[in-house]
Amino acid sequence: MNKPFFSQQIAFELNTQPARADATPGQRLSELLRENLGARDVKIGCDAGDCGACTVLLDGQPVCACLTAAHQVEGRSVETLAGLYRAEEKAKRLADSFQNHGAAQCGICTPGMMVSAIALLRNNDAPTEDEVKDALGGVLCRCTGYRKIIDAVVGAPAIAHDGDGSVGTSIRRLDGQCKVDGTEAFGDDVAPVGCLEIFVIRSPFARASFTFENLASFADATGVEAVLTADDIAGRNIFGVIPQFMDQPVFAEAETRFRGEAVAAVVATSEFMSTFDPRSFPVTWTEMPATQNIHDAQKDGAVQLHHGRDGNVMCGGFVTCGDAQAGLSAASKTVEGHFKSGFVEHGYIEPEAGFAQIVNGRVEVHACTQAPVMDLDSLQIILGLDRSQIRIVPTAVGGGFGSKLDISVQPYLALAALKTGKPVRICYSRTESMQSSTKRHPSDIRLKIGADAEGRITGFDFYGEFDTGAYASWGPTVANRVPVHASGPYAISNYRAESKGIHTHNPPAGAFRGFGVPQSAIAQESLFDDLARKLGIDPLEFRIINALEDGVPTVCGQVFDQGVGITACLKALRPAWQSETAAAKAFNETSTTIKRGVGIAAGWYGCGNTSLPNPSTIKSGVRPDGRVVLYQGAMDIGQGANTVITQIFATALGVPADSISRIGADTDVTPDAGKTSASRQTYVSGNAARLSGEALRRLILERMNVARDAELTFGDGEIVATDAEGEHRFDLSKLACDDERLVLRAEETYDPPTRPLDENGQGAPYAQFGYAAHLVVVDVDTAMGTVKPTKFVAAHDVGRAINPMMVEGQVHGGIAQGLGMALMEEYVPGRTENLHDYLIPTIGDIPPIETIIIEEPDAHGPYGAKGLGEHVLIPTAPAILNAINAATGVRITRVPATPSLVRTEIRKAQR
Amino acid sequence: MSYISPTKIDEALEVLSRGSGKIIAGGTDVYPSAQLGQHPDFYMDVTRIDGLKRISVSKDIVHFGSAVTWTDIINADLGSAFDALKATAREVGSVQIQNAATLAGNVCNASPAADGVPPLLALDASVELASRAQGSRLLPLAEFITGVRSTVLRRDEMVVGLQVPVPPSTMTSAFEKLGSRRYLVISICMTAVNLVLDQDNRITDARIAVGACSAVAQRLPALEASVIGQRPADVEIKPEFLAPLTPINDVRGAAAYRYDVVQEQCRRAIMQAASR
Repeated sequence: MNKPFFSQQIAFELNTQPARADATPGQRLSELLRENLGARDVKIGCDAGDCGACTVLLDGQPVCACLTAAHQVEGRSVETLAGLYRAEEKAKRLADSFQNHGAAQCGICTPGMMVSAIALLRNNDAPTEDEVKDALGGVLCRCTGYRKIIDAVVGAPAIAHDGDGSVGTSIRRLDGQCKVDGTEAFGDDVAPVGCLEIFVIRSPFARASFTFENLASFADATGVEAVLTADDIAGRNIFGVIPQFMDQPVFAEAETRFRGEAVAAVVATSEFMSTFDPRSFPVTWTEMPATQNIHDAQKDGAVQLHHGRDGNVMCGGFVTCGDAQAGLSAASKTVEGHFKSGFVEHGYIEPEAGFAQIVNGRVEVHACTQAPVMDLDSLQIILGLDRSQIRIVPTAVGGGFGSKLDISVQPYLALAALKTGKPVRICYSRTESMQSSTKRHPSDIRLKIGADAEGRITGFDFYGEFDTGAYASWGPTVANRVPVHASGPYAISNYRAESKGIHTHNPPAGAFRGFGVPQSAIAQESLFDDLARKLGIDPLEFRIINALEDGVPTVCGQVFDQGVGITACLKALRPAWQSETAAAKAFNETSTTIKRGVGIAAGWYGCGNTSLPNPSTIKSGVRPDGRVVLYQGAMDIGQGANTVITQIFATALGVPADSISRIGADTDVTPDAGKTSASRQTYVSGNAARLSGEALRRLILERMNVARDAELTFGDGEIVATDAEGEHRFDLSKLACDDERLVLRAEETYDPPTRPLDENGQGAPYAQFGYAAHLVVVDVDTAMGTVKPTKFVAAHDVGRAINPMMVEGQVHGGIAQGLGMALMEEYVPGRTENLHDYLIPTIGDIPPIETIIIEEPDAHGPYGAKGLGEHVLIPTAPAILNAINAATGVRITRVPATPSLVRTEIRKAQR
Repeated sequence: MSYISPTKIDEALEVLSRGSGKIIAGGTDVYPSAQLGQHPDFYMDVTRIDGLKRISVSKDIVHFGSAVTWTDIINADLGSAFDALKATAREVGSVQIQNAATLAGNVCNASPAADGVPPLLALDASVELASRAQGSRLLPLAEFITGVRSTVLRRDEMVVGLQVPVPPSTMTSAFEKLGSRRYLVISICMTAVNLVLDQDNRITDARIAVGACSAVAQRLPALEASVIGQRPADVEIKPEFLAPLTPINDVRGAAAYRYDVVQEQCRRAIMQAASR
C-alpha cells in the first residue's frame, strides 16, 4: 500500500536566513514552510492555486507555495510576509497603508495580497490601478471587495487617522497589526507541531447506506490512534442551531442524507496521514435514490428525510396584513414573476480548522467560529459532559459570513481529544469545506404586485420555497425572516407573504449574509422596476413614493416613530441616477454591441433575532495598575467588532480607544456576547459595551465623588479625574482585587426590545431596521452575454457610523458578494466543489464604489447606530439585474446571470 | 518514492525508463489533480535540466524548452506572430501561475480548456518528444493531444520542447478569451488567430484555432480557407465553418451558447489581429 518515502534535506534561504528541512517527495512548499519551519504566516486556502493565500516570493517572483514542490526551492530564496515585514521598509509602509485603508478585514488573504503587492512595488513605486489588479489578480479576498486593497497598494491618502477613537471617527483596526505583519493565528495556525491529525470519512453520494467492516482491526493493522464513529458519542449524536429543529448527526448512522456527510473519522499521526489513502478505510457504500430538488421532495411518495416533517416541509413563515388579493384586483397595473436562485457558497478563504487538547481533565477546543457559546452548548449535548468541563477558545476567524455559526470541526476535535487524551488538530480541505458547510438557500419565488395609477402599491402577494437541504440548520430563520422582509423597505397595506423550507438530499442550507432576504429582494426589486416602467413612473421615484416612513406601519404592523432612513437613502441616489442614466442613454446611441444600463434597488434588514431574546453581555473593569480591561466576547470575523465595540465602550467611559486592554472571546473568561450574525454585534453587543462603559464610569465618579463631566485618566496605579474643581486622584492600590484581578468592574447586558409575531405575522420582530439603496452601472456585451459593472453608488442608513472606514469596508465587501451572487456563483454538489469551478469575484471584477453614509439615528442603537452586516449585499443583485434590464431590455429571473444565461435571454428577445 | 531533479536530458530519460513516475515542472496541474494517498513511484522535476528553460530562435525554428514558463513568454522578444501567445500568457490563471506554469505542461495536461493550445495551433507548433528507448520524435501539436486529458506521450517519454516554424515577419496575431470573471478563470471558449494581410488589406494567410469547444482545441480549416482574399471587416463566419466544433453543456456555459459566441469571438480575434 504505502511506498517507502525517501526524504531529502534541502537547503535554501528563508527570509534572507539559511534554512534546512527534510522534505518528503512531492511535499508542498506550503506544508514545509508551515509545519517544518514554523512559517505559519503562509496561509492555505485551497491547495490548488485558486486563492493565492499561500503566495510567497521564490527568487523574488510570487508563486503559490501550495503548488511548489518543496524540493524546487533547494538553493533558492523564499520570502514570506513575516520576513518581508521584518526586513523591508516597503513592506512596513505597505502594512501601514493596509491599516490606514482597512484593507485587511479578516486577514486570511492579507499575507498573499501583501506578498504579491511587495513583488510589484519592488519594481514599480507608483503602480496604476490596472497594474495592481494584474499583480493581485491571483489572490482571492471574500471580505473587502478589493477596493481598499487597491487604495492601500497605490498609496491613496489614508482614511484612518490618529485620534481618541471616539464614536464617529475612523481609526485603524485595533486588532489589525497582527493581520498585516503575518502573526495573526487562524484555526489551523494554533496547533503545536507533532500533534495528532483528524481525517473525516464522508459520503461520496447524496444518499447512501453504509456498513463498516471491522474498525478495530483496521486501527490495529494501520496503527492509527483512533477511529471515531457514532458509537463514540457519549452524549447525543445530534446538533443544530435552533433547539426545536436539532436534527443533524455528528456522524451519520445507517444512512447519509447529503454528499459529504461525515460517517467516521480517523485520528492518526501526520506521518500516517501523509500516505493515508481514504479508499482504504473499511466502509462499504450503497448508493440510494436521492431527492435533489424541492419539487421532487414535495411529491407524493417522495422519501421523507425527517420524521414529523410531512412532505419534507421543515417549516414555513407567514405574514399578512390587509387583503392582498383585493389590493391586486383594485390595482391599475400589476406585474408578476417567477424567480429562482441556486446554492451559494460562503467562500471564506479560511477552511474550517482548529485544535483541541485536554487540560486538567477538561476539553479545550481552539477553532474558528462565529458563535463560541453556541459551540459550547452543542458540545455539551454531544459529549454528554457538564458544561464546566468544556472550554471554547476561538481563534482568529478567516471569514464566516454565516456558515461558521454552525459547528463544523468542533465535535471531531473534542471527541478525538477525549478519546486519545492527546492534542489533536484538523483542517478541512477546500472540497471538504465546500461539501460539508452550509450554503445560501436556493429559492423558488412567485410574486405578484399591483399599484394604482399614481404608483402607490395596492397589493403584494409572495410565495417562496427554499431548499433547506438535508438538515434544518438556520432554515427556520430563513423561513421566518423572508415573509417579514419580502416587502422591502416600503409601506404596503395589502400584503401576503408565505415561505416554506423544503428538505432535500442537498447540503444543509443555513445562514448566509441576509438569511433569505437577498433572494426575496431579487424578486421584489426586479418587479418594482417592471411595475414602475409599466406605470410610466421613474423607478427611483416609484420607490420614493412607496418608501416606508416614520409613523407608518411595516407589513408586520410595527410602527417606528423614528429612525426609518430608506427615503434618505433613495434620495441620496438621485444625482447619480439622473447623471448616469443620461450618460448611459448617450452612450447607447452610438454603441451597438456594448449596451450600458443603470439599475437601482433598495433593501432593509431587521437587526438581531426575530422576536426572540437576543442578549449580549459585556464586562469591563480596572486593574490595580490602572489599566482598563474590556472583556469583549463578540466574535470579530473580519467585520470589525473588536474595534467598533471598543470605540463604543471607550466613548462611554470617556477614554481613548487605544488605551483599552481588550480580552478576546474565551468561554472561560468572557461573558456571552451572543453570536456574530443578523447584523447584531454593533447594535446589541455595542449597546452592552456602552452600558458597561457607562456603568464603570458612574462607579468611578461615585467612588471619587467628582462631577459628572469629569475627565478621567487611567494609569500608574491610579485614576485621575479632572473637573471644575481641579484634579482628584484615586489610588487603586488600596482596593481589593477580585478573582479576575479587577479592582473595579461593571458587567452589563442588553437585549433588544421585541414582541412576538402572531399567527398573521403581526408584531414587533425587531427593535431596529437598517436601510440601504444601491445604484450600479453595467456594460453588457450583448454578443457575448458578459456583464461588467463599472460603478456602484451605495447609500446606507447606519444610524450612526461608529467607524466610517469600517462602514465602507462592510459596504464594499457586501457588494462584492452580491455581485458574485448576481453574476457567477452557483454551488452544484459534486460539480463545483473547489474554487476554480465555483467562481467568486476577483480583484478585476469589482468596480469603484462610492459609499454614501446616511445617519438617521436609531433610538435603540448605541449612539444611534444600526447594524449593517447583511444590509450591504441585499440590494446589490437586484440592482445589477435591473441594470441588465435597462441595458438590454431583458429581464433575468434566475441568478447567477452567467454570460451563457444572459446571452441566451438576449437571443430569445431578438427572435 | 523519491523526488529526482536531473540536470541533463540523458539522465532524465534514464530516470523515466525506470517506472511509473510523475513529471513535474510548475506543479500547477500536478498538485490540483493529486489524490490523497495516491503517490507516483517518483517525481521527476524537469526545471533544472540544462537548456529546458531556454527560448531560442534559429533561422527556421523558434524553440521553447519544456521548462519555459508563461512569464518567460511574456518577457521574451518575439515577433508580432507571437502576440497571441503572449496575450495568452497574461491570461493564464494569475501572476503566481504564470511564474510557475509551463507551456509544455499546459499542452501535456491536455485540458480541453487549455489556454495555450489554440495560439500554439495557430503557430503551427510541433511537440518534441524524447525517450531513452526510442530516441526523439517530433509531432504536430494536433496529433500530440488525442482527447480530454489524453496525449500520445508514452510512460517513459517526456516533452523536451515545442517548435514553431519562424512565421512571416508580417504575420500578426490575437487571442480572445471568454470567462465568467477576470483573472483565475477557466475559459468558456477562446480563439487564437494568426493573419497575414497584403498591402491591399486582404488576408493572404490565416490560421484560426478555437479551444474549449471540442475535446481538443482545433483549427477551423474551412473558415481559414474562406477568409483568404477577404478584407477583415468583410469576413463572414458562416455556421458551416464551425462544423468541426462539438461544444458541451457544463457549469461554464451551454453548448448552444458556446457555438453562438465562438462565431463572434472568431470575428473579434480576426479584427484584432488585423488591427495590429
